[in-house]
Order: sequence, then structure tokens, then C-alpha cells
Amino acid sequence: MSARDNILKRLRERTDGPLTAPDSDFGVVTGRGWSAEERLERFERWISSVHGEVLHTTRDSWTTDLVALLQAKGIRRLALGREHPVAAEARAALAEGEVTLIDADRDVEEWQLEQFETTDAGLTSTRGGIAETGSLWLWPTPDEPRLISLVPPIHIAVLDADTIEDTFFDVIEAHGWAGGMPTNALLVSGPSKTADIEQTLAYGVHGPRELIVLVRHAEERP
Amino acid sequence: MTVETYTPRAFHRQAHDALGNPQIRSNFRRAMDGLMTKRRDVFSDWDLETLRELGANIRLRALARLPDLLEQLEANCEANGIRVHWAEDGEEACRIIRELCESHGAKSVIKGKSMVSEEMHLNAHLEAAGIEALESDLGEYLVQLNEQTPSHIIMPAIHLNTDEISDIMHDKTGTDRTRDVDYMTAAARAQLRERFMNADVGVSGVNFAVAETGTLCLVENEGNGRMTTTVPPVHIAVTGIEKVVEHLRDVPPLYALLTRSATGQHVTTYFNMISGPRKAGEHDGPREVHLVLVDSGRSRIYQDDELLDTLRCIRCGACMNHCPVYTRVGGHSYGTTYPGPIGSILMPHMLGLEETKDLPTASSLCGACGEVCPVKIPIPDLLVRLRREAVGEGRGNVHGAGVKRTKKEVAAWKTWQWLATHPSAWRGSLTMAGKLRALTPSKLGPWTQYRTAPKLAKRSLHALVKSHRREGEGES
Repeated sequence: MSARDNILKRLRERTDGPLTAPDSDFGVVTGRGWSAEERLERFERWISSVHGEVLHTTRDSWTTDLVALLQAKGIRRLALGREHPVAAEARAALAEGEVTLIDADRDVEEWQLEQFETTDAGLTSTRGGIAETGSLWLWPTPDEPRLISLVPPIHIAVLDADTIEDTFFDVIEAHGWAGGMPTNALLVSGPSKTADIEQTLAYGVHGPRELIVLVRHAEERP
Repeated sequence: MTVETYTPRAFHRQAHDALGNPQIRSNFRRAMDGLMTKRRDVFSDWDLETLRELGANIRLRALARLPDLLEQLEANCEANGIRVHWAEDGEEACRIIRELCESHGAKSVIKGKSMVSEEMHLNAHLEAAGIEALESDLGEYLVQLNEQTPSHIIMPAIHLNTDEISDIMHDKTGTDRTRDVDYMTAAARAQLRERFMNADVGVSGVNFAVAETGTLCLVENEGNGRMTTTVPPVHIAVTGIEKVVEHLRDVPPLYALLTRSATGQHVTTYFNMISGPRKAGEHDGPREVHLVLVDSGRSRIYQDDELLDTLRCIRCGACMNHCPVYTRVGGHSYGTTYPGPIGSILMPHMLGLEETKDLPTASSLCGACGEVCPVKIPIPDLLVRLRREAVGEGRGNVHGAGVKRTKKEVAAWKTWQWLATHPSAWRGSLTMAGKLRALTPSKLGPWTQYRTAPKLAKRSLHALVKSHRREGEGES
């Protein structure tokens, strides 16, 4: 018999007989009932607590803020998608500037060295945020592949304020994740970090040193 | 720095040496005190007991349906394009991984953190086959540079301080000697980036494998796990068969418990969910993903209602962070892949009680490990059970059961039992022992190493009370 058959046989013919499966009450991980303001406040508090930087902007003016951000951070080479509205708008706003736009929608083998060594930042959209933990959720696509949120030293993520939900459990349930998972789904909560050297926090050990979240609001905040 | 090979057989000597090493004592004391405080604070807003109850129930439900869920996981992974392999033990798992590497002509493997791969000594196996295996988690990388094994399942290099790490990096990689942690981290980043790009295969562990969707979940802060599972053309994930969960909705509560219990973080930087290799049209990610399911004694633990609880573990390490023994002797003293309380109940199944007979006694049974376990594993009860197994009083279904049983001890306890159940013989023997008290030996093995040998009283408490009562009656 194969290892597979042996293992399954042992598990099925258990000495102490069949086990009873207890029920699970998921109430403790849902039902927060936070308002939109509370969600935003929590999201910002938690992601800031792990070194994430939040910049508030609007849907109309976010690209102006992006241009200013790139300038402030000295970002000259930016990897981004093409088709997603976030990438398309960013491209339009940056078309005439000094920032070199690097196409991310091509096989990594073609530009691996460029991505690892000379790309200053990656820009991605996000599918939403999680208030309870200050997390972003991303489903990388052919347009915005996995590595542009990981390899460049700075990750700029664009998040719409009205896509922030209470908990991870709520996101999975509300968006029917179990019905069709992408090749890779991600939660990102801050820049890469480690405390492996005597519990001293250090950022950017393998991934980005900085995570900047541009939170887009429908209109100017009062 | 002395590089040592630690074994569970030498637990007492290793623990003795660690207790005499102020550096080890101070490194662990400081780290574990910090972790205990952080864990306590991060749960302060939670209904922790309800969350633990949910976590325990999710794990029990997964175990109750384990064979079906493993088949479902296999079917859904295969449907997603992930090839699934089964291994009876670590040796078979190593062979499967080596053959996969060889089939791709792989010369270099980059590894994410995986305790199962430590358990089966994958690096040594691959290196013997001429394949370089490099750890990519910073702590694991440092430990590997120092030719050691991890001393904690979450923080592998917790036994080293900044100066020691600086020396290791200087000696092995030529960096400057410094106490600047940012400098050392940046140096490791630069050293490993090249290796990620050039690796032929990435090997990772799995925190949760979701049967419902065929998804492999990985929890991490550094991004090395994402690099390992995305950059090389082939990704091989390796996991124990108990890591499966039934539904995707089971994951958020376990993830919440894991990060908070392990390091006191409300969330880790990355939660990476992999449901297949790079698809047509996608531009990065591995071209092939493999999942190796390893038994290594787990299905044996599964047979026994009591011992089964061991398989609920989500590898957070909270039990070791809170264990007064672990905190004082450190992880290497145990001489096993999994140290601390969880190691003391898991390793006897993997290595047999002949090798690990002292581990279940490496506990004061204070109960802290059981109190903090996020999935409510009754660790103290299991330690007692294994102690009983070791002296041949359990059900005998742990390898090496009875290894500590000695005829002398059995005879002594049998005599004690007989005396204690025969009052006149008990009284007679006590009177006799009181008269012969001068003959009590002054050396009683390890007991008298740090204590004075007890001497029997002239008269037993029972006799004293009786005579006091008689005197009292006379006065009235």
C-alpha cells in the first residue's frame, strides 16, 4: 500500500473509535457594529502602530497627492499595472513627469533584476481594508502581480475608505472567498519587519521598508 | 562560540549547563518576560475564553474529520494545480523533496521557516545530495550561519544577543562588527536577495491548509515567506497531516489566536494564502507548487483519545514563553526540534520514550502552559500521562512505554501500597521505623544533592495525637 493509503487507513481505523465534531460559534470574530468613522479610525490606528503610513486624500485629487508623495520620497522609478483604474489614473498623472514608470504586467523573468535592484517603489490597488487589525487585502492579478507589493523598498497602496470592513472573518464571508480563491490572496499589515536580533524591531528585512497607504475618500473630509 | 549537538537523552546535563550560563539565563529571561507582557496586553480587549473555545473547537472538528479532510484537501489542491505527496515519515518526505529538486536539476533551495523540515532534518538530507539549502528567515539564517538549530519555534535565534549575532555575521559573512541592528538587517537583506533570485526551488512550511478551497496559509512578518513561495520557479510546501482545517472561515479565529499568543502582535505583517501555481496570463509566482503531507507518528498519536489533543497545536510557542523551566534552561537543553512543554508532549511520540524519557519531567506542572494554550491543549495532563507511560502505567501505546520502570521502584511502591491498606501492619512498621531511625541513610541519591536527608520522628503524628488526646482526657 502507498503511504497515502496507509496513513488514511490508520486514521480511519482509529483505536479509540470515531470522534465527535463539535460545533463552532463564530460570534467572537464578527458583529463589531462599528460605524464608518470608527472603522477608519481603528484601521489607521493599527496600521500606524506597525509603522504603516496613512495619507488621506480624495478620489478626485489623489493623483496630485501621489505626485507630491513620489517627489517627497525621492521615488524615480515606480512599478505599476496598466489596466486597473488606480494604475491607469496614476499613469495619466505621471505621464509628463520625471518618474520612470515600469510596466509590471509582464513576466517577472523579463525584469527580475530591474525589479530587485533598481525599482524604487511599487504601486498597487487594494480590494479593501480590515479595521480590527489595520490590514489591507490584496488579490494580485496579471495587471498587478504579487511581487510589486513585496520586492521594491517602498509599497504604495491605494485604499478606498468605504472598503474598510470590521474583521477578517467579515471580509471572507461578505466577499465569498471560499467560492473562488485566487492563486494568491494576501493580507498586508505594515512594512516587512523582524525582531530576530535580540527582539529589536527592524524594518525592511526582505520586503518593503515603508508601506504608505493612500486612503481615498469620496469627498474632502470636513 | 562553542557549537554543540544537543540530544534529549542528555537533557539533565544540558539543562545543568544552561542553568550555569548567565548569558543564556539573561537572554531567555528578558525575551520571555517581554513576550508574556505583550501577550497579556494584546488580548485585553478580547473575550479570550470564548475565542480559545472557538479555536479549540475548530481544531477538534478538523481532527474529528481528519481523513476526509485530507482527501478533500488533496482533491482541491490537485484541482488548483498543486501536486500532493504523502510521506509516512521524515525520511520519505526528504526523499520526495530531494527527488522533486533533482527532477528540476536544482542545485540551490531557499527555505522559509518550517518546523516540520527541521523535524525531518531536510537541510542535511539535501546537502548530502549536493543541493544547497539556505534558510531565509533572519533568525533561522543566523542560526544556520552559527551551525546550530533553532532554540524556539517562533524566534529561532532568541538564545543569541546582539553582540553574538554581530560576531557570527562578521565571521561568516564579513560584515562590520556593530551593535547597529538596522545595519545587520540590511546586510542580511542584501545577502539573501541574490539567493532568492538564484534559487531553483523554494521550500516552505504551512500554518493552515484549508480543505474546502485547497489553500495553503502562511503567517510571517519578514516577507521571506512570500519571496520563497513566489520567486523560485518551483515551490514545495511541507506540513504535518494535522495542519488541515475544514473551512476558510476557520482560519481568521486561528490566525487571531496564533499571532497574539506567539509574539503579542494583533496581526503579522503578511498573511499569505496560496491556492495554486502561476496560471496562464499571470506574470509571477512559481510554475509548480507541491504539497508534501508528512505523518511521522502523528497518526499514531491520533489513535488515543487523550493523546490526540497534542495534534490541536497551532505552533504559537506560548507554552514555552510561559514555562518556568523553558525560561531558565532555554530551547537547546531539550535537544529536540520542538522544545518546551509542547515539545515534551510531542517529541516522545516522534522519537520514542527511550530517547525522551526525561522531557515529560521537565515541568513543574504549574499549569501555565495549559492556561495560555490558545486551543486549550491540557498540556499538564498530557505530561502526567507521559510520565505514567514512561513508568509503564499508561496504555502502553507510546513507543518506549515503561522505559523508566524499575523492579526496585515497583517493589517499593507495592510494599507501600500493602502497608497503607493494612492498618496494623502500618502502625507496626511505623513504630519499628521510629526505633530504627538512627539507621536512616544520610545520602538518598539526587534528593540529598541539595537537601539534608529526612529523618523519621521517634513517634508518628498519629501516635502523638493519640497520646495528647489521652492527656487531655486525664486533665478533665
